[in-house]
Amino acid sequence: MNAYQEFRMIGSRPVRPDGLDKVTGRARYGADLNMQGQLYGHVVRSPHAHAVIRSIDCSKALAMEGVLAVMTGQDLVEPGNQMLGSGEGAMALKDVVPMVMSQGKVLFHSQAVAAVAATSPELAAQAAQAVEVVYDVLPAVTDVHKALAADAPILHDDRFPDGYPEEPTNLATHISLTVGDPDAAFEKAEVVIEQNYSVPMCHQGYIEPHACVARADAAGRVELWCCTQGHFTVRHYTSAVTGIDLGKIKVTASEIGGGFGGKTTVYLEPLAVILAQKSGRPVKMVMDRGDVFRATGPAPGAETKVKLGATRDGKLIAADVECLMDSGAYNGNPAGIPAFMATACYKLTDARSTGRSVYTNKPKIHAYRAPSIPQVTLGFELAITELAAELGMDPIEFRLLNAVEEGDANMMGAPYNRIGLRECLEVARNHAHYKSAVAEGAGRGVAMGYWINAGMQSSATLNVIADGHVAILTGSPDIGGSRASMALMASEVLGIPFEHIHPKVAATDAVGHTDLTGGSRTTLATGQAVIQAAEQCVAEMCRRAAAEWDVEAGVVTWSQGAAHYGDQSLTFEELASRAGAMGGPLTFSSSLTSTSTAPGFGVHICDAEVDKETGRTTITRYTAIQDAGKAIHPDYVEGQMQGGAVQGIGWALNEEYLYNADGVLENPGFLDYRIPVASDLPFIDAVIVEVPNPLHPFGVKGVGEVPIVPPMPAIAEAVYQSTGVRFRDLPLNPPKIVAALASN
Amino acid sequence: MNKPLNKMAVQATINGESTAFLCSPGQVLAEVLRDELELIGTKIGCNTGDCGACSVLVDDRLVCSCLVLAAEVEGKSVQTVEGVANGGELHPVQQKLLEHGGLQCGICTPGVVIAAKALLEHNPDPTEEQARYWLAGNLCRCTGYDKIIRAVLDAAKTMRGEAA
Amino acid sequence: MAVQEFISPTSLSEAQQAVSDGAVSSWLAGGTDLLVGIRLGARDPARVVDLKQIPELTAIEIDDASVRIGAAASAFDVLHNSDVPSLFPGLAEALDLIGSTQIQGRCSAGGNLCNASPAADSIPALIANGAQCRILGPDGERMLAVEDFVVGPNQNALAPGELLVELILPRPTAGTSDSYLRLTPRTEMDIAVAGAGVSITVDESGNCAAARVAIGAVAPTALLVDAAAEALVGSQLDQAAIDAAVEAVRAAAAPISDKRGTAEYRTHVVGVLVTRALAKAQDRITEARS
Repeated sequence: MNAYQEFRMIGSRPVRPDGLDKVTGRARYGADLNMQGQLYGHVVRSPHAHAVIRSIDCSKALAMEGVLAVMTGQDLVEPGNQMLGSGEGAMALKDVVPMVMSQGKVLFHSQAVAAVAATSPELAAQAAQAVEVVYDVLPAVTDVHKALAADAPILHDDRFPDGYPEEPTNLATHISLTVGDPDAAFEKAEVVIEQNYSVPMCHQGYIEPHACVARADAAGRVELWCCTQGHFTVRHYTSAVTGIDLGKIKVTASEIGGGFGGKTTVYLEPLAVILAQKSGRPVKMVMDRGDVFRATGPAPGAETKVKLGATRDGKLIAADVECLMDSGAYNGNPAGIPAFMATACYKLTDARSTGRSVYTNKPKIHAYRAPSIPQVTLGFELAITELAAELGMDPIEFRLLNAVEEGDANMMGAPYNRIGLRECLEVARNHAHYKSAVAEGAGRGVAMGYWINAGMQSSATLNVIADGHVAILTGSPDIGGSRASMALMASEVLGIPFEHIHPKVAATDAVGHTDLTGGSRTTLATGQAVIQAAEQCVAEMCRRAAAEWDVEAGVVTWSQGAAHYGDQSLTFEELASRAGAMGGPLTFSSSLTSTSTAPGFGVHICDAEVDKETGRTTITRYTAIQDAGKAIHPDYVEGQMQGGAVQGIGWALNEEYLYNADGVLENPGFLDYRIPVASDLPFIDAVIVEVPNPLHPFGVKGVGEVPIVPPMPAIAEAVYQSTGVRFRDLPLNPPKIVAALASN
Repeated sequence: MNKPLNKMAVQATINGESTAFLCSPGQVLAEVLRDELELIGTKIGCNTGDCGACSVLVDDRLVCSCLVLAAEVEGKSVQTVEGVANGGELHPVQQKLLEHGGLQCGICTPGVVIAAKALLEHNPDPTEEQARYWLAGNLCRCTGYDKIIRAVLDAAKTMRGEAA
Repeated sequence: MAVQEFISPTSLSEAQQAVSDGAVSSWLAGGTDLLVGIRLGARDPARVVDLKQIPELTAIEIDDASVRIGAAASAFDVLHNSDVPSLFPGLAEALDLIGSTQIQGRCSAGGNLCNASPAADSIPALIANGAQCRILGPDGERMLAVEDFVVGPNQNALAPGELLVELILPRPTAGTSDSYLRLTPRTEMDIAVAGAGVSITVDESGNCAAARVAIGAVAPTALLVDAAAEALVGSQLDQAAIDAAVEAVRAAAAPISDKRGTAEYRTHVVGVLVTRALAKAQDRITEARS
């Protein structure tokens, strides 16, 4: 049972507090701060995808007038095996440091090898060219199968996956899970299908390139301003990578221009800090768009083999999933999540799931919205659809027969609490879109998606201002409207107007530790901290009112922004204005590790029409349905659903990392890395389903990641229905479709 | 090889104000707006004209300011996102973007504001398709464009004096 | 090195004067290719000479015989000219496909031609319409057909010091129309995987009296495919004639496989585009007659 059952503010759609600054150009993003006397940093990057660095000579660059500092990987710590916690899985320091700067060996094209700081951006660029690096070039491998071949160049001769003999291999990780007895279950199955599916490596495609400014003082203190999904994470990682004490680093999060998981680590920040220390001047660094594509962590490409078994009457009884994932040059741990979560939507007591990841000469992969789940879900959901067809069943009916509900367990073992998957399926089945006839020549696909939804650590501080307004400080960078949600939640508890609440993203020295904005955790967990701080505020105000009236605190009630006892009342404004005389300043903090999460589920319906002569696919109608638990600000819930769906559409149709034989990315820009544009799309109908999360006071469930999960299988099915040809390898670009239609 | 200090003096009207600035001959307008004139509302997402975040109007013409040399605006009028609101009064495009939740991270928003304003000056009653094609050069990775297009069409209605 | 000098001449003679010392100079029209080239390191001029203050370079003039489009006239200006889009709807289609609204505010047909990309959208449309280039150089003026102006990928026929002043298109005769179609994975903001520009003249009896068929992005330069025109001229634009024209363009195409598409796909799809472009031009002629 949720603590709050009826809402005054939650579910309304006020204008977000930071909106005015954003539509008038006042909001400051990563590249929008300049510090007095700042230098400009420029990174020297490897022209080779695989090489040993024999020497780096920065002397000519440093001798140039106006060049004040140079650095190489030797200025960073030498990483051992220590692990760094993070929002979306722990990272080993040895997998973070080389993504900041190489130390001796280059494992992907455009990897940072040195950096310079100079008095102008142009001069810094010229100085970077004057850095002389001698490489012993090695053969590069960018394909996972070639990387696993016996004669493959080995990227790491000192890393051996668990459970394997200590022999050189590019296999990074191998994880396998079994529940029940899948082999016996397949024996009993009356219908079995087995297919292979693949999804290419792609990029988060945030519009704002990475940027930061750093300054250091003589006492060894460091200040950083940067665009990030987690400034506490930046502080932690920067400390670990540079060896500077955590307590001496302050990080302020700027406004952030998109991240989608891609801004949950550090790239430029430690470099700017070291250059600032060396030069004694502030250093600004802004990443070039091409380097964003070439040298930050993309999402892994993956191949998935799915084998499913069912009974004739439509019960799914066995599954075996094998996922092979591209980790890039270092260990980005992409294989664990699909192994654990591939089957999460289905009642399956007998299943096996295997994930392997492989090193290749590409940038180390990083989180992208529901990391690794869209890749494995393409295979699993498309196989489910193929199985439903084989059984002659409607794809939604088949899913309803087999969808998980409260009490069912997934491969991670713990049973689900109150989840909303079946409700989403029922909404889909009854939706006007699903009931409508498919247009002549078009096709329709349906698919489901799951994300575990994170909880983790969050903090909030609530300061009551003497006029009855409230400042709320949290440590969660606002990537898509979370300040509006925080203000709504505080308004709900306090009973004061939304406009009287002023939410801020506070720096690392101004609010308690908060994990990054990611994992669909912020509205839930940081929101919980805000709710708790607001509840403390209400309790204290009731206590003060009780003291004023000389009654027991327990008899005072709080409603409509005021304390009440009998016919007496004291408003929030009155209690705020008299705070000094009634017990002192009103300030409340809450810090927590949230264990109140509930997983998210969604169902998407897609109509697509393929031009059979040119192979172009047009998305003609799209509906996204998702259980949000309780939508705090529905505009931004719908926005997450629409944006996630469109990212999935891009990945399904055109987005793809294209490497040449030398391991050089051929499409490092928005011209040829084709994210969807406005004219590619219809309106995306977003339908919010609300099955409250019983563990959260307002019933919130995370919503951000789920919507990127269903699009790829939904679109692939729609393309099949339009063309009659089954596509299992993405992207579904025009040449691929025409070639397949011709060979059929 | 040090870059010579070879600066040009340019006189232009920026957001209605007569403004003089110095720029190097190869410097693009986006850089000058941001670094010299502190008009940081103009964003740089790609520097190659592919994302539209740096959209401005030059003599009422919609352009990417990363693909205009600063020296080219001599004698011309430049409008950036900072010049769109009339004092405290938001332009209908700005107002409707706020009301519809037509922004998430907001990095594309200044470019969308400028481009949509140009659209509605050019075509007061665009169809959904016309709005989508006009704005195809303004990449947004957060919203899927849904609420942006709704906001722009609603702003058009407001500007035509029709009830929402 | 960076750009050292920016010059903005106001007459053709000043423009010629500006480059007479032989320093590495680039003409600047809309800058949508040049400035990207400088940014990505592909171009490195010491001097940039802006052409947009020269009246002839941005003028669009129409008389009884021809339409003259200044080489630096922006796509936006051409698209919003009172006459050009209705005289050459196919050329307008091509210009409307170049980049975004923002890019069209700056880019020019002349610049698109001088940049000489194999995938340039306006070039097949210009070739289909029989456009001529008026070139001014140290030794005087010369005229060159658009199909002869591009000599290789990103290579044009301008000698040092020469300047493309304007493009001259003969006014279409009665019963003539054009069309341009391209294939890109997205609806906008893409480079053509293949493109096709056609111009046909159809007499009252439905007979094809004249035709020009040009294709883009399927060879090192845009191609005028005479064999395709020959297949059409004299026909009723029946299926057999169109099939023959398609066969001719597919035979003429010599594409590469790259990140934007395979050679097989390009060869296939350029035929589809020619078929559709012909139908569209034919519809326009029929519509104009009705």
